[in-house]
Amino acid sequence: MPNNADKSLYQKHIPIVTRSVKGQFRTFKTAVMLLAYSVYFLLPWLPWQRVSAASQAILFDLTTRRFFIFDLIVYPQDIFWLAMLLFIAAALLFFVTGLVGRAWCGYFCFQTLWSDLFIQIEHLIQGERPARLRLKKQDWNLEKVFKISASHALMILVSLWTAITFACYFSYAPSFVTDFFSGTGTSGGYFAVLVLTVLTYMAGGVAREQICLYACPYARFQGVMYEADTLAVTYDIKRGEGLKGRTIPIQGLKTHEERVAAGHGDCIDCGFCVQVCPTGIDIRNGLQYQCISCGLCIDACDNIMDSVGYPRGLIRYDSERNMASETPHAPKVMWKRFKVIGYAGALLLMTSVLFYNIGTRSDTEVNVQQVRQPLFVLLSDGRVRNRYQIHIVNKTETEQTYQVTVKHIPKDALDMGNIPEITVRAGKALAVNAKINLSYELAEKTHEFEFEITQVSTGEKMELETSFNSPREHD
Amino acid sequence: MSQDNKKVTTETTGHVWDEDLQELNNPLPRWWIWGFYITFAFALIYWLFYPAWPIANTYTKGVPGLNNVTYVATKVDGTQETKTTHWNMRSKLMVEMNELHKEQKPYFDKVAGKSFEDVSKDAELMQFVNSAGKTLFSDNCAPCHQAGGQGKVKFAPNLTDDYWQYGGTYENIQTTIVGGRHGVMPAFKAILSDAELTEVSHYVLSLSGEPHNAAAAKLGDAIFHGDKAGCYACHGVEAKGNIAMGSANLTDKIWLWPDVLGAKTPEAKLGEVKTLIYGGMDKGVMPVWETRLKPEQIKLLTVYVHDSLGGGK
Repeated sequence: MPNNADKSLYQKHIPIVTRSVKGQFRTFKTAVMLLAYSVYFLLPWLPWQRVSAASQAILFDLTTRRFFIFDLIVYPQDIFWLAMLLFIAAALLFFVTGLVGRAWCGYFCFQTLWSDLFIQIEHLIQGERPARLRLKKQDWNLEKVFKISASHALMILVSLWTAITFACYFSYAPSFVTDFFSGTGTSGGYFAVLVLTVLTYMAGGVAREQICLYACPYARFQGVMYEADTLAVTYDIKRGEGLKGRTIPIQGLKTHEERVAAGHGDCIDCGFCVQVCPTGIDIRNGLQYQCISCGLCIDACDNIMDSVGYPRGLIRYDSERNMASETPHAPKVMWKRFKVIGYAGALLLMTSVLFYNIGTRSDTEVNVQQVRQPLFVLLSDGRVRNRYQIHIVNKTETEQTYQVTVKHIPKDALDMGNIPEITVRAGKALAVNAKINLSYELAEKTHEFEFEITQVSTGEKMELETSFNSPREHD
Repeated sequence: MSQDNKKVTTETTGHVWDEDLQELNNPLPRWWIWGFYITFAFALIYWLFYPAWPIANTYTKGVPGLNNVTYVATKVDGTQETKTTHWNMRSKLMVEMNELHKEQKPYFDKVAGKSFEDVSKDAELMQFVNSAGKTLFSDNCAPCHQAGGQGKVKFAPNLTDDYWQYGGTYENIQTTIVGGRHGVMPAFKAILSDAELTEVSHYVLSLSGEPHNAAAAKLGDAIFHGDKAGCYACHGVEAKGNIAMGSANLTDKIWLWPDVLGAKTPEAKLGEVKTLIYGGMDKGVMPVWETRLKPEQIKLLTVYVHDSLGGGK
C-alpha cells in the first residue's frame, strides 16, 4: 500500500490548550475542587487529643501499625474493614456510573482535580487559550521563557506541597515539615516526597489527559457500566444538525426560526465545546471513551445558545434511549432499574455492616492458640498437661491489666507461670504462656473448657472456648 | 462486518484481506515508545551495579566500588570477620541479618542483665523469649528433643513434662546446656541371674503402680537394696533417683529408656525393663553447648526450656 508507507505507527502528542468557561458545571467543579483541596491540604494539620501517639486527627502510623482516624484507632487485625471499604468504593462507583456516567472522572478524580488546577495556573500566568497558543508558537524570548518557567515552577511548587501533605498523613505533620525544611528529615521522607512531587507534576502538569486515555483502568471499565438509560453528556444531533447539517450563522441564518426554515440545525459550529474540552474531543461525534463527562462543553454551549438567543441544552446530560426516542421527555435520572437498585442495595448493606462492625468493636481482642507439639504431656504424678498461648490486644489508649481464669475445670488447673497478671501497654499486643494440668480421670472427660480473661479496670470479661487433649483420643 | 455498517470512522492501515477485512489503526502514543527505550538505558545502568551476564562458569559482577556490600560474618569457630563483596543476594541477606541481630541485641542484653526469675516475670520479655527461644531451640535442640521439646522415648528426654533427671531449676538447666550430660547405666547380665533380673524388674514396675507380680517384686526389693546389684547406690534407697548423677526416679509415671508406657501388655512392660537392666544403657549423651552458643543465648534457652516449654521447677 504505497499511499500508507509514510503513516507512523506512533501518535505524536498534541498538547491540549483549553479555553476557560463559566457555567453551572464549572461552578460545581470549582466547588468540589475547593472542598477537596481544603480537606486534603488542611486535614493533617487538625490537632486531636491523644494519649498514646501524636496529637493529630488523621495519622496513619506505619511504624506502630496503627491508623488514627479521629477517635477511631485501626489495628492490623481490622484489615477486613479495608476489604469492606474497597467494596463500598467499588459499589459506589458502579452505582453512580450506572446513573449519571463517569461522574467520578469528571468531578472528583485526583487526576482531574490536579490537571484542572494546573490548567488554571497556566491560564493565570499565560492568559486565555489564544494567548497560550500564540505563546506556544512564538520563538523563545524573555516573555516566553518567563511565562513558561513561571507556570511550571508554580506547578512544581504545588506538586511539592501535595507530596509533603501526603507524607504528613503518615507522620506528625508539624515536626515532619520542620525536619523536612531544616534538612534533618529521614531519607525515606525525602524519597517519598521526591517521588510524589515528580509523579504529581508529571501526571497533572505534563501527561494530563494521557493518563485518562492510556493509563487509567477505571476509565476503561466504566464504559461497560453505561446502560441505555444512563445519563451521559450528549450532543442533541437531531436538533444540532437539522436536515442539512450545522452551519455558522451567516446572514439569513441568524435566528432559530430562519435556520429551521432553511433546514439547518441549531449548532452554529463555533467550536467552543471542543476548545473547552480537557481531553480534546468533539462531543458532537457522539459518546467517546475519552469523554470524562466533566460537563464543560455543556457550559460552553449553553453560553453560546444564550448569546445567539436559542434555547439551552443543545449539549446536555441525557440518556441514549431518550435521545433515540420519538417522544423524548425532559432528561431525568432513571433510577428504577434492576442494576442501579442492586448496586444501591449492596452499597447500603455493606455500609451498614461496616458501621455496625466499627461501632461494636471491642477494646480488647483476645484469642487462644493451643500448643500442638506435643498435644499433651504426661506428668510424673500421672496428670495430663496441655499448653496454650493467650494473645491479648489492648486497643485502648491506656495501659491495661488482665487476669486469666478458667471455667468448667478446677480453678487450680491453670498455671500462668510467673505472670499471674498481664499488663499490656496502650495499643500493644502480648502473648503469654498458659498451662492446664488435669488429673488423668478428669482429663479423659474434658474435651472443652473456657479461658476467661478479665480486664481489671473495667471488669469486662471475655471468654475463649478451647479444647483439651488427652491420651484417650490417641490410643 | 456487515455490509450496511459503513459508518466506521476509525482510521485503517489500508491493509485489506479477504475483500473486506481491514486493520484498524489505533497508534500508540509516541511517549509510550520512549518509555520502552528508557528501559534499555535502565538495563545498561543496572549492569554497572548488579551481577548480570553469565560468562562460562562466572558472571559479570558490576563495576567494582559502585556496588560494594560490607557485612560481618560469623565463622564456625565463633570469630567474626568483616567482608566486602560485590552486591549479590547472599551479601544483601548478610547485611539484613547483621541489622536484625543489632535490633535483637537490646533484648538479649535485657535477658542477660536480669535474673532468671525476673525474666520469667516480665511478660514483654517473655514474648521475646518465646520467639527467639523457638528459633534457637529449632536450630540446635530439636534434632534430639524434637521441635516441641517433647523428646523421644529411648532417645532424648521430654522437656515439657515436670520430671528432670538432672534437676529442673533454672541453674540445673543452664548447667546441663553449658556442659552437656552423659548418662550411663551399667549392664547387669554378668551380675544377676535371669530369675533375679525378672524379680528386680517386677519390683521396678511395682514402684510406679504398673502391673507386676507381687511375690516376685518382693524378691526384687531385696535385690534392689542388696549389695550384690547395688541398684540403690544410684537410684537411691527410695528409688527416687539422684539429680546429681542423673539417675532416674523409678517411682513416677515417666519413662525414658524402657518404653513402659508404650508397651501394651504386662509381659512387654516387663521385657522393656528387664532388657534395660540386662544390657545397661550408654546413650544418654547431650553435647556441650558452651562452645557453640553465646552465654546470653544459653541463658535465653534456659528460660525458654523452663517456662515456655513449661516443664521447669
